[in-house]
Amino acid sequence: MLMKLIPVFKGVDFFPHDLRLPFMKFKGPALAASIIAMLISLTLCMTLGLNYGVDFKGGSLVELKTKSGKADISALREKLNGLGLGNVQIQEFGTPDDVLVRLEEQPGGEAAQQEALKKVTAATDADYVQRRVEVVGPAVSSELRMTGFIAVAAGILAIVAYVWFRFEWQFALGAVVALTHDVLVTAGIFSLFRFEFDLSTVAALLTILGYSVNDTVVVSDRIRENLRKYKKMELNELLNLSINETLSRTILTGATAVAVLLSLYIFGGEVIRSFNLAMLLGVVIGTYSSIFIAAPLLGYLGVKRDWSDAAAKAMATTKSKAKA
Amino acid sequence: MLQFTRTKVFLILLTCLVGILVAMPNLFSKETVASWPWYLPHKQMPLGLDLQGGAHLLLEMDQNEIKKDWLNNLRDESRKVLRDARIGFTGIGAQGSQLVVKLAKPDERDKAIKELYKVRQTIGSAVLGTGGYDVDVSEGSDPGTIIIKPTEAGMRARLSNAAAASIETINRRVNNLGTSESTIVRQGTDRILIQFPGLKDTKELKALIGETAKLTFHEVNPSMTAEEAQQTSIPAGYKIYPADKDDGGPRAYLLRETPVVQGEDLADAQPGFDSRTGEPVINFRFNQVGARKFANFTKDNVGRPFAIVLDDKVLSAPVIREPILGGSGQISGNFSVESSNRLAVQLRSGSLPTKLTIVEERTVGPSLGADSIADGKLAGTIGGIAVVILTILAYGTFGIFACVGLLVHLIMTVALMTLIGSTLTLPGIAGLVLGVAMAVDANVLIYERIREELRTGKTPVAGIDAGFQRAFVTIADSQLTTLACAIIMFWLGSGPIRGFAVTLTIGILTSIFASVTVVRMLIWFWLRAQPKGRIQTVPV
Repeated sequence: MLMKLIPVFKGVDFFPHDLRLPFMKFKGPALAASIIAMLISLTLCMTLGLNYGVDFKGGSLVELKTKSGKADISALREKLNGLGLGNVQIQEFGTPDDVLVRLEEQPGGEAAQQEALKKVTAATDADYVQRRVEVVGPAVSSELRMTGFIAVAAGILAIVAYVWFRFEWQFALGAVVALTHDVLVTAGIFSLFRFEFDLSTVAALLTILGYSVNDTVVVSDRIRENLRKYKKMELNELLNLSINETLSRTILTGATAVAVLLSLYIFGGEVIRSFNLAMLLGVVIGTYSSIFIAAPLLGYLGVKRDWSDAAAKAMATTKSKAKA
Repeated sequence: MLQFTRTKVFLILLTCLVGILVAMPNLFSKETVASWPWYLPHKQMPLGLDLQGGAHLLLEMDQNEIKKDWLNNLRDESRKVLRDARIGFTGIGAQGSQLVVKLAKPDERDKAIKELYKVRQTIGSAVLGTGGYDVDVSEGSDPGTIIIKPTEAGMRARLSNAAAASIETINRRVNNLGTSESTIVRQGTDRILIQFPGLKDTKELKALIGETAKLTFHEVNPSMTAEEAQQTSIPAGYKIYPADKDDGGPRAYLLRETPVVQGEDLADAQPGFDSRTGEPVINFRFNQVGARKFANFTKDNVGRPFAIVLDDKVLSAPVIREPILGGSGQISGNFSVESSNRLAVQLRSGSLPTKLTIVEERTVGPSLGADSIADGKLAGTIGGIAVVILTILAYGTFGIFACVGLLVHLIMTVALMTLIGSTLTLPGIAGLVLGVAMAVDANVLIYERIREELRTGKTPVAGIDAGFQRAFVTIADSQLTTLACAIIMFWLGSGPIRGFAVTLTIGILTSIFASVTVVRMLIWFWLRAQPKGRIQTVPV
């Protein structure tokens, strides 16, 4: 049969199964470092601000390709700066014959944006072809900013509600801190390095939330299982065991995700580069946070120790008695 | 249990086969697929504007203008109603968003209010019956005044009507361009979204929707020019209109504000050429109502000029040489062949109820779209190969099964997207690739678990079985949380985020089937193919 043709061989165990890295020993410094990172990120976002793309800031973006030869960026800059459209950003985009032109939001409302675009088109029509045009007026950009913010907040809330429902409130609290950390630190890195922050970055943040909580849930699941299995084990030791037991899965899944995202980042084209960058950062940060934030927090918060069926029944009867 | 019944195996294989058939057309060009026999599926995933190129325009209606027009109409109607009822009034004026009627005799107020009820219109609602009136008529604070005020519901209904009318008009204009496949829908209260795949140049489209094309015919003030009126005072009922072109004639005209005939009365408009000068003109014809109004007006005003006004600009002000009784005529006004064509289209399709402003524009050229597809394919292939290598390296023979599961996952995702007709966008491709990485997670969880179970000394079959069962709880938990994220993305997100959310959601749903069920079946096949009692080691 066909199955006999398939070679039989074992995979490589990247991590020895009895590996016991002392993660919980570092829980104090790790938490402190995470809190500092969160505070720095928050400060960066407040002072330096995020480098909003056209979606959130309003204004126009025009991607141009030369009709022949390389783009003469300095000539283009001179020409476009002479149009009186305020600060015009011009940069090479991917290849030497692609140029990205960014106009800031023009004063004078929605119609002014279109007027500016007309001027740019007239000035570049002879030498360049427009490959992409994005114009976002003031009304739409502020709406997009608002819905983007709400989407991320709603994402965190939905996840927390689910974790609370499936586990205990301590797990939910751990998850919300970990998720907030992921979003804040990613945003902080975007602010620090002035990476462009637009709609696709928000999509990336939401996906990071999904990925990070995925990690947290896997570890939490194992913690719950071990709580049932080792009734007497000291909590910190149990948490450490759970992290170690799931470590090979955490690393392998993380590695495949990074491999795919790296490939998307390098070969996927300029248009979704900022999305892929945010995802890459987020996967790394999200993996870190489930190991060093979500689980250690449980060590501080403490959890219900008795997960047996008898205990659950006892809980239910006391609850119903209290109601009666 | 690990075992699969014959029926179950058959159903799983059937599902995979259907998935392959449904997904298949996406691999081929439209032309190839069209030549396939009827029994093969032909449906392909539509490509998003970012992949095939095209335009996306978000337009906003001018609420203030709609309100102003409405108030003007209400004023004219109220005037007529009061005159017909022989109730004297000293004035009807707009104050903010309401009209104030001042009666000549304050004691006629109750009677006047009753009469003015005639200007109200009920707002129909199919479900709830009548939803009240579109305007409130009530006593003003000063004696002898009446306030006519549009209601919230009335304004909403106006906006709905204006949006519907705009969409219809844009549709007609766009169809006149000779292109299809565009979608025009209302968004929110006062916005209209136009999506136009494959459109290379938005200039023409913008020109078509950028003008309201309100055509009106006005009486020119016979005794005073616009300049004189500016210096002294503008007579009541008149207004100064600027000239469309600076051609040596007057820069502005003093016209009666209420037009003689409006664009609504236009039955047809065609581009043509003047028989004497050969320059482009527009030939128009009124409907019966318009023709009668125009005939009456021209009969009374022979020898005087009248003005043809487009979008509040005077195109020309010819002198009436003889009464125009047939209801047709010709407009000339420095047109080029293109602009006369376009104007004729605009006039034929009726005027837009309000000015539309572009608040968001996203255009992607077809070459960029093609590049994005190519980039996506390359990145996807390389990413896929990386995943395959990692998986097989980590899990040996079982890794191969996992890769087959991933392939099934990819096929089923594409098949489902094709079935529900969801659009493939660039973020969608990223979602697809990312979905593969997430699907691997299910297999990683299972295999790690199997390893653990085997280490506790379980027999191969028991270990594999326990691994699948124990890991499933975790897989379900982790997939459901991701699903929650995806649903929120879809619910709140716009454009690119939605495309990504759809792919992610479908990917999660199919990963349970592909990475759990299919892989488990493959492992069961493999176990069965081994000589009885000889399974010493599990290749994981």
